[in-house]
Amino acid sequence: MSLLTVEGVWKNYRGHSVLRGVDLSVGAHEVVCLIGASGSGKSTLLRCVNLLETVDDGTIHLEGEEITAVRVDVDEVRRRMGIVFQAFNLFPHMTVLDNITLAPRRVHGVGRERAEHHARELLARFGLADKAGSYPDQLSGGQQQRVAIIRAMATRPRLMLLDEVTSALDPALVREVLGIIRELREGGMTMILTTHEMGFCREIADTVCFLDDGVLLERGTPEQIFTDPREPRTRAFLRSVLGDRGP
Amino acid sequence: MTAPPDGWVKSERQRERERLRGRRSIRSGSIATASTVVVIVLLAWAFTGSPGWPRVRETFFDSERFAEALPDVLSGFLLNVKIFLIAEPLILVVGLLVALARTLRAPVFFPLRALAVAYTDVFRGVPTILVIYLVGFGLPALGLRGVPADLATLGVIALTLSYGAYVAEVFRAGIDSVHPSQWAAARSLGLTHGKTMRHVVVPQAVRRVVPPLLNDFVSLQKDTALVATIGPLEALRQAQIHASSTFNYTPYLVAALLFILLTVPMARFTDYLAVRSQRRRGR
Repeated sequence: MSLLTVEGVWKNYRGHSVLRGVDLSVGAHEVVCLIGASGSGKSTLLRCVNLLETVDDGTIHLEGEEITAVRVDVDEVRRRMGIVFQAFNLFPHMTVLDNITLAPRRVHGVGRERAEHHARELLARFGLADKAGSYPDQLSGGQQQRVAIIRAMATRPRLMLLDEVTSALDPALVREVLGIIRELREGGMTMILTTHEMGFCREIADTVCFLDDGVLLERGTPEQIFTDPREPRTRAFLRSVLGDRGP
Repeated sequence: MTAPPDGWVKSERQRERERLRGRRSIRSGSIATASTVVVIVLLAWAFTGSPGWPRVRETFFDSERFAEALPDVLSGFLLNVKIFLIAEPLILVVGLLVALARTLRAPVFFPLRALAVAYTDVFRGVPTILVIYLVGFGLPALGLRGVPADLATLGVIALTLSYGAYVAEVFRAGIDSVHPSQWAAARSLGLTHGKTMRHVVVPQAVRRVVPPLLNDFVSLQKDTALVATIGPLEALRQAQIHASSTFNYTPYLVAALLFILLTVPMARFTDYLAVRSQRRRGR
């Protein structure tokens, strides 16, 4: 059974449809990469899955439960997911350690000591042990984004949503962030990510989905999508972002 | 000054630059001093040269009356300080609670939200002096049990009601200024509305509104004198008593000086905080 099932999801903004009947299923431990031009609806889809946006039609099921139901406990659903944003969105008035332990302590009721111990472990694992007491504005962009990923991981979510997590970073910092995502994959984390890094997408994804103007146009293995896309629109998109290296 | 880094010997060009800068800053210092002196002399000349000056000096600047009124006005002023010190924390609490009530979205809280809106609309619209009259004379007239009879306490209640509405709006502006992405980040971690407010939004909002809040408190410090209208013996009331017995207005000058002595340090502190936060943002 799949961990997440999206069926016929529509999302409209002021008479314009951003998502037009999207279907997507994600199995446990699967890494799904959403690609497509800006405005194709990738980020909106992630925000709908996290219930930061309400869908205008269709359903989303998480672990067999319909989370788009009207009566669903939104806070409880979000506890099972982590999301990381393009702009990091760390809390500027808190230290790195407090950013990471906020949700475990205030939402999941973990004691301070245990939460901090776990946070320090995660920080050490990703080379940020000495940053526990720093404030976000004292860190580089790459460090901030790694902290944001650790913050999302600290609640041990069953599904991670990563929204353009490298787009605000310069190339040298992109590598450190990709490293941490690679590790998450090795740890068996189920992930949906949107990215413009096609090389990384090809390397890390089990499944690549191409969104075009709110429609999930094509879905396949990275190998298939990047070398032999069925849809002319997919081919055209990959040509435009990869140039000569495209299909 | 920090020590120069190793291997840097100041060049002749740099030394020449610093000499010129030093000379220029001395020149701007002396120009500022000279122009200040000229302005003060001109103002003093305009005042003292005016035809009514001898009369004004007699009625407002009488040193004998000054010394006579000072002890009473000063002891009255202590009541102003007391009213201010009690009203200020109450205003902060009322203001924050009202601001928070306005952010509640659940339907059960609708009456609370409506009440908060009505409160800020009414008390921002009514002049403070009217609120003081209404509370000072109206509240005891209701004859309810538990309503304090002490005039200074009624003054504190009136000032809290009036300023609470302003401060609520300041807090609300602060809460609105926290970027929606902070909400999204907190909610996506599973924090409820209340916990998001408490741990993420309010701490950032409060930091941002400290300078405008201090500005409101400078204004509150002098508005404690409005309480004089319902009768407690604070500085302005004491000055009135002295002035009416001698027909000399110097006691008002005493009260004014005391208020300035209290508000100026607060105003400078506000400036300092504003400069500090600007510097921090520039980092």
